[in-house]
Amino acid sequence: MTVTGTNVGYDVDTVRKDFPILERTVHDGRRLVYLDSANTSQKPRTVLDAMEEFLSRHNANIHRASHALGEEATEAYEAARLKVARFVGSADETEIVFTKNISEAINLVAYSVGNASTLGTGDPRLRVGPGDEVVITVMEHHSNIVPWQLLCERTGATLKWFDVSEDGTLDMSRLDELVNERTKIVAVAHQSNMLGTINPVRLIAERAHHVGALVLVDAAQSVPHRGVDVRDLGADFVGFTGHKMCGPTGIGVLWARRELLDVMPPFLGGGEMIETVEMERSTFAPPPHKFEAGTMPITEAVGLGAAVDYLTELDRDAVDAHDQDLTAYALDQFAGVEGLRLFGPADAADRGPVVSFEVDGVHPHDVSQVLDAEGVAVRAGHHCARPLHKRFGVTASTRASFYLYNTRADVDALVAGLAQVKRYFG
Amino acid sequence: MHLDSLYQEIILDHYRHPHNKGLREPYDAEVHHVNPTCGDEVTLRVRLDGDKVVDVSYDSLGCSISQASASVMTDLVVGKDVEEANEVHQAFLELMQSRGAGEPDEEVLEDAVAFAGVSRYPARIKCALLGWMAWKDAVARTMDNVSEATS
Ligand SMILES: Cc1ncc(COP(=O)(O)O)c(C=O)c1O
Repeated sequence: MTVTGTNVGYDVDTVRKDFPILERTVHDGRRLVYLDSANTSQKPRTVLDAMEEFLSRHNANIHRASHALGEEATEAYEAARLKVARFVGSADETEIVFTKNISEAINLVAYSVGNASTLGTGDPRLRVGPGDEVVITVMEHHSNIVPWQLLCERTGATLKWFDVSEDGTLDMSRLDELVNERTKIVAVAHQSNMLGTINPVRLIAERAHHVGALVLVDAAQSVPHRGVDVRDLGADFVGFTGHKMCGPTGIGVLWARRELLDVMPPFLGGGEMIETVEMERSTFAPPPHKFEAGTMPITEAVGLGAAVDYLTELDRDAVDAHDQDLTAYALDQFAGVEGLRLFGPADAADRGPVVSFEVDGVHPHDVSQVLDAEGVAVRAGHHCARPLHKRFGVTASTRASFYLYNTRADVDALVAGLAQVKRYFG
Repeated sequence: MHLDSLYQEIILDHYRHPHNKGLREPYDAEVHHVNPTCGDEVTLRVRLDGDKVVDVSYDSLGCSISQASASVMTDLVVGKDVEEANEVHQAFLELMQSRGAGEPDEEVLEDAVAFAGVSRYPARIKCALLGWMAWKDAVARTMDNVSEATS
């Protein structure tokens, strides 16, 4: 069995050496086969070092300390913002708002819209109420469902959603009906975290803009893997989360068109987001600071900046090709596993490196437990996409996800583990 | 990792051939419980005659541990007084919280001693407790219904 893929320009063995955690073993000396990167990715040495260097040499609060360290810290934090902006194709770094994760980024938009709606003044695009519609899809992560449900409850707007077809692609046949002149917001995942499906975001955005609606793209699963250009997507808001893209936990990103950030009311109030505060009322700092209340996760932002550097140096296309190769290889191997039902597109070209499946007659918890005993880490459950699981008639699935440090040998370990599962539960 | 300590033969037997499964009439209370992290679900009915547990019937979706535990639980509580059954429940809870160090009393827990290994797997303890939690809730509701009816 050869472990090198067809992607000749990419040396996965060298990449693996960048990730200290991959050297460790689990359960009495078994090699760690980490297939849960869609949940959270591992972190390269450069990210760990950047965070340690920041804390041990430059640590201070930002934007408010007028001393050497304060200036260095502010510079490091703002440099991270600039890197992230360039990474997703934004020429204006004030379009990047740091949050604690993508869940907070989506909530920021939903609550800002909610605030605009209760204030009843300001930009009409941000005001929703009875008779207005918010459109999502059944494919969303709970983080891109619940904030919109709450917004609709608060404002009296109606929630609508796209269904998926049996093959795991979004059912686009009702696009014009679902996205209509009543639609104010469309929120959709770039890539499904269960099915791996890559959605036609541009097409949806075109229709949404045609009817005057705003578009939010949940890019948590796509940004880690392939080059995402926010302008190309045609969206108004794009969210992603640091910990799935080689960065630390505690830092997420909202990109939004500056023109929108200018007119959006704040989400969280507090220190650093203001211009001036009187006892009666306050005025606010310009974006992005208007949306960054209180002391931010500074070290984590620096870590994310280092993660972005790491991914950029690896070459995004090479990473994408590597992930795709593994996905194709896994789908190929799965075809030989009896009783395995794959969810989502059958062709690797139509999906990201996430493969969810069911093993006939064995509950995902039991599948993952046996795999874990073999050193293979996968996720079992509904992966925060309960409506989507329900859509496919299951309460849970087992999910393996691949990233830049995985190898074909990892896929082989998974397939061998599935044979063990059957020995136990067959 | 010794999977066999988790998946004891008794557990796999109950999983493959669950006892008392299926929803039955008559019943005094019905509850529905879910495990929010994995989506496992159980619907459970309890029938009491005075203090005596006459029937516990259930329908469930879930992993081997949760299914087997519900099956074993029904064997343990049906035919007992509520108070006795609650003592068994307490003993099982303690076993689950023992982090692998519990010394279960086979007199009290019978087949449920096989779950001793589960206490070493924090992610699975909730699975083993799902049916028991539903049982406790259903009995409480039955008692409420009774006290309402007699007051
Ligand atoms: C598609 C998608 N959206 C949102 C999230 C939520 O990410 P976070 O927990 O970092 O907010 C995840 C990951 O869990 C995801 O896969």
